[in-house]
Amino acid sequence: MPNGAQPVLDVRGLKTVFRTRAGEIHAVNDVSFALKKGELLGVVGESGSGKSVTMMSLLRLLPMPPAEIRSGQALLSGKDILQASPEELRAIRGGKVGFVFQDPMTSLNPVFTVGNQIMEPLRKHLGMTKKQAADRATELLELVGIPDARRRLGDYPHQFSGGMRQRVMIAIALACDPEVLIADEPTTALDVTIQAQILELVKDLRHKLGMAIIWITHDLGVIAGIADRVMVMYGGQVAEEAPVKELFARPQHPYTRALLKTIPKISGAREARLKVIEGQPPIMSAAPTACPFRHRCEHRFDRCDVENPALRGVSPGHAVACHWTAPAAAPAEGMIHA
Amino acid sequence: MLDASPQPLVQVDGLKMYFPIRSGLLRIHTGDVKAVDGVSFSIRAGETLGLVGESGCGKSTVGRALLRLYEPTAGKVVIDGEDVASLSTEKLRRKRPTMQMVFQDPQASLNPRMSVADIIAEPLDEHTNWPRAKKTERVYELLDAVGLNRRFANRFPHEFSGGQRQRIGIARALALNPKFIVCDEPIAALDVSIQAQVVNLLEDLQDKLGLTYLFISHDLSMVRHLADRVAVMYLGRIAELSPSADLYARPLHPYAEALLSAVNEPDPEIAARRNRIILKGDVPSPANPPKGCNFCTRCPKVFDLCRSVKPELTEVEPGRMVACHLYNDKTGTAGSTGRIGAQEHNQQTNQQGVS
Repeated sequence: MPNGAQPVLDVRGLKTVFRTRAGEIHAVNDVSFALKKGELLGVVGESGSGKSVTMMSLLRLLPMPPAEIRSGQALLSGKDILQASPEELRAIRGGKVGFVFQDPMTSLNPVFTVGNQIMEPLRKHLGMTKKQAADRATELLELVGIPDARRRLGDYPHQFSGGMRQRVMIAIALACDPEVLIADEPTTALDVTIQAQILELVKDLRHKLGMAIIWITHDLGVIAGIADRVMVMYGGQVAEEAPVKELFARPQHPYTRALLKTIPKISGAREARLKVIEGQPPIMSAAPTACPFRHRCEHRFDRCDVENPALRGVSPGHAVACHWTAPAAAPAEGMIHA
Repeated sequence: MLDASPQPLVQVDGLKMYFPIRSGLLRIHTGDVKAVDGVSFSIRAGETLGLVGESGCGKSTVGRALLRLYEPTAGKVVIDGEDVASLSTEKLRRKRPTMQMVFQDPQASLNPRMSVADIIAEPLDEHTNWPRAKKTERVYELLDAVGLNRRFANRFPHEFSGGQRQRIGIARALALNPKFIVCDEPIAALDVSIQAQVVNLLEDLQDKLGLTYLFISHDLSMVRHLADRVAVMYLGRIAELSPSADLYARPLHPYAEALLSAVNEPDPEIAARRNRIILKGDVPSPANPPKGCNFCTRCPKVFDLCRSVKPELTEVEPGRMVACHLYNDKTGTAGSTGRIGAQEHNQQTNQQGVS
């Protein structure tokens, strides 16, 4: 797997806030990460953890207002895309950065043919003629494994099944040879056997095209099979970040550990009883001043209530935001209050 | 269960549920969507039967037809000694307390204008003539049973999180002391960390009250955790019905095998090692299922017989029922072909092991 090279995308200190009549929601709090060339970064979290909002903020796909990017930098090949002008942004969306959304039913336009929708970025971004664009669109559909590609360019989205529609979405995202592909829960709406087809397709395309991918999901099973590196998000922050094998073998954050134990396994011994994370995920109505996971954490101690833990390296490539895992920071057993 | 009665609590026989397709100006009946096409199984008292399959395979329709939320096209559904499919309306109404349902979407299945106490007491209003105080007492009991605070009784559904709403739905289903509960994807709409809470609750209630569950889900790992036996459905028919441990250790039907191999195990070491069976194409339309075996269009082990004769669900090993010609070498007509099929099956398994 790639290492050391200059990151394709470097996000630093991103903060996104939603301002509503009922008050502010701090959806993304000081998130930083780097994406290396050709790497697949998995972003895991529950609903409301800020994983989608982080990625949508980068391309400013959120309605503003109510959303507001308070601070941060996002360097795409060295240039800050959070400062990009509307024209530059248009060139980035669908050009340098491709986006695949969760629901292929709602993200394709039902009144245009699939061919029309694949050709749109080719003609807008790359200035191709209709003929060139049609040829390239056919190639793309073949690339994502749609049989009889030329003829299907004239079909409408409703004539495709769910899995096929998601392939079309991937074809559109790949149309302009993006440097970064952001996939937001791309297989969540699909059945397992179709999901398996799409995962195989993406693995295959990565090797062919060598782009960097950010894969957002709540499914740790999907991440285990596809990612190089994983970022676990909770309460709008990065809780833990590690290479995939390291994360599953040696999870450090109490949230990651608990999460891995709540899912039943498909093989091996059957658990007598599932482990439970008590309580609910937090609603971040103010900028955090304490650990967002403290109310559900079994290792909580006094420091967790007064200081928001910063991300701290524990081994090469592995970082965790937790006071309890900090060496010498945690109190002795007896001092931990329940 | 203490009374190990030989008679199963639920006995389904040849259940069919067709939805008519009407077209043209005169709405002429031009065909049927065969959502459930001849399904038979039984559930013993105190047992959990898992029903798995992909969307559109008819698993939810089975659950609904069982409780006669749909009028089944054909078949018998004997629950606790009475055929629910043919009961008169009044008798069915009196039967309802024994059989209840927990729905998938706790947002949509709770009336937003009713308080939690009213929602849980509604079955009591309908089926008992208890005094008000007794009903209130029962509502509190149920709130305790599902782990909700009694103080929440007068709140409304929108004030609760998804997991808590599902607890309200479970409390409502328990109100009349049912024997049999159909759980239709009860955890699908919940976050991972909340799913385990609800599953543990369902298990506790089963232990305490001796409930019998039909647990419908597409989450194969969760079904493995919960179910004693599992039925795998494909396009309106049961492909395999086996004890949970056997099915997950060694699936017999090619579809069950492919389905299980597609599950993403949350372990990168296993994910890297495993040989996935990637099925080609999509599920055919239930309005026009293929001739012969329903799975013949996607089956990696298909042979001639599969395209012409529908395999019946038969017991191929003790307790294991499979509807597949590969295992069906006893039937007279398919005798020799079936054997060849079985050999082919072995060869293919070997090849997959190698590749």
